[in-house]
Amino acid sequence: MKNWRTGVGIVLTGVMLFPVYWMVNVSLTRTGDMRADPPHWFPWNPTFEGYAAALGQQLPALATSLFIGLGTVAVTLIVALPAGYALAKLLPRGTGAIDFLLLVAQMIPAVVMAMGFYAIYIRLGMLNTVAGLIVADSTLAVPFAVLLFRAFMAGIPREIMAAAQIDGAGTWRTFRSVVLPLSRNSVITVSLFAFLWAWSDFIFASTLNRSSDTIPVTLGIFRYIGNNTTQWNSIMATAVIASVPAAFLLVLAQRYIAAGVTAGAVKD
Amino acid sequence: MAFTRTDAVATTGRPAAKVSPAPGRRRSGRWTALAFLAPLVVYLLVFYAYPLYRNIELSVHDYTPRAFVQGDPEFTGLDNYRAVLSDDAFLAALRNTAVFTLVSIALQYALGLALAVFFQRGFRLSAVLRAMFLVPWLLPLIVSASTWSWMLNSDNGIVNAFLRAFGIGQINWLTSPGTALLSVTVANIWLGIPFNLVILYAGLQNIPASLYEAAGLDGANAWQRFWRITFPLLRPVSAITLLLGLIYTLKVVDIIWIMTRGGPADASATLAIWSYREAFGTGQPDFSPAAAVGNLLILIAFAAGLLHVRLQRKEGSS
Repeated sequence: MKNWRTGVGIVLTGVMLFPVYWMVNVSLTRTGDMRADPPHWFPWNPTFEGYAAALGQQLPALATSLFIGLGTVAVTLIVALPAGYALAKLLPRGTGAIDFLLLVAQMIPAVVMAMGFYAIYIRLGMLNTVAGLIVADSTLAVPFAVLLFRAFMAGIPREIMAAAQIDGAGTWRTFRSVVLPLSRNSVITVSLFAFLWAWSDFIFASTLNRSSDTIPVTLGIFRYIGNNTTQWNSIMATAVIASVPAAFLLVLAQRYIAAGVTAGAVKD
Repeated sequence: MAFTRTDAVATTGRPAAKVSPAPGRRRSGRWTALAFLAPLVVYLLVFYAYPLYRNIELSVHDYTPRAFVQGDPEFTGLDNYRAVLSDDAFLAALRNTAVFTLVSIALQYALGLALAVFFQRGFRLSAVLRAMFLVPWLLPLIVSASTWSWMLNSDNGIVNAFLRAFGIGQINWLTSPGTALLSVTVANIWLGIPFNLVILYAGLQNIPASLYEAAGLDGANAWQRFWRITFPLLRPVSAITLLLGLIYTLKVVDIIWIMTRGGPADASATLAIWSYREAFGTGQPDFSPAAAVGNLLILIAFAAGLLHVRLQRKEGSS
């Protein structure tokens, strides 16, 4: 009985992940075999020319994406950590308005935000800048981060903080030396998501950064598709490389992901 | 919501707060609290409220690219909205949005739930396989969208090659008006299954096993157990999942834009795509109608959000 379920589970997973397999398969296919009919199901004769081309052309874009991701994590944490603490511990009542605002904030379509940012950045001269993109990308993560930190910090026993205060620590000191270390796991969860969302962002990049020389890798792939549709092995190789952070998260940080997905949505 | 649970923790923790002394100190505590909150408040005002305001302002002016730079657009009141609402493309886009959104969330939910129930009883490798199911959700959208584009390619795509083996002729998935919307919807369903699976699976964990045991003793079969226990008890989680799905799906741009750009001939253009294309998709940016469409989209999402809050309240009070 149990083995039967495992078998079905493997088949279902295989079907679900077929597009991912196909991406890897195509990335290893020779340009000459790309239009073979029927397509090659398995890269018997793999080539790394796609990866060589991808790394040759997209390395700066990958570095840009990495930098934008890290910058977004920093902005998100700086804004959300103190706010989460204030909402959870310092103002436990009367925070309904902020909750509501954060919920509404998450409902605003990205295209609307993009237009708003565009209208502002064009005046400030911040179009096509990495800093502008970092700020825009952080809006993807901040509401989620505040809600997650608030939920987590509300669970820190008051007694621990009272003890710190008796020892003479002020609010800031308590926050830094007691609350932050205890919140390590939620900081990791938020950082991972903020990074992943910024890394994956396409809408802000394609609107606020579209005529820049320093583009993130999502835009790099998009331009790639537009330019040379014959070299799908290079495109798919870039896609595989762009998927590395996701794979990293899945393998090394899976429990933080599950924590993040369910944090916003499930009542237990 | 997880937050209601932690609120409860905060409430039970409150006796300790009673110890906190004199009113004067409490007032300074309040200022400290506001200082901690200040970065968020400033952030929300500058990076949410102001772009939103700018967006409304865009929609009631006639912003040509030049007026954009010079900042002297003509005020046109609700003309942009009138133009959008009376445009034939609006009804088509509304219909596409409805089809794309409703079909997506219905099938994401159904498949996610079926998988969650399948994984509910652990088996060998179940944790690993469940984790693998997260992959589509974690991949950058550009990666999934371009992979699907190549798989659905008319001449060289694997999907058509597969169908050919069964004697089915070439289907132009992304380039014929009849199938473009279907294709992007399928890709979007694939993207949404993991999210539904994770949330519904977490919801299933909270259904007491004793109920199933009791039903088993009463001779209920798997089908009855699902419809009599699982489905009714999962209702609150289901409602939240579907509403979040609705809010997320309404605003989808990337997947459609990358796969079809809303084409051919608007066949897969949703409201979000329409807005995006007017503003950024052509050489001639036309921000004012784009902003008007975007604001209409916010209204729809907002209505869904109010429903969400209301459901949450109801669950919270019950």
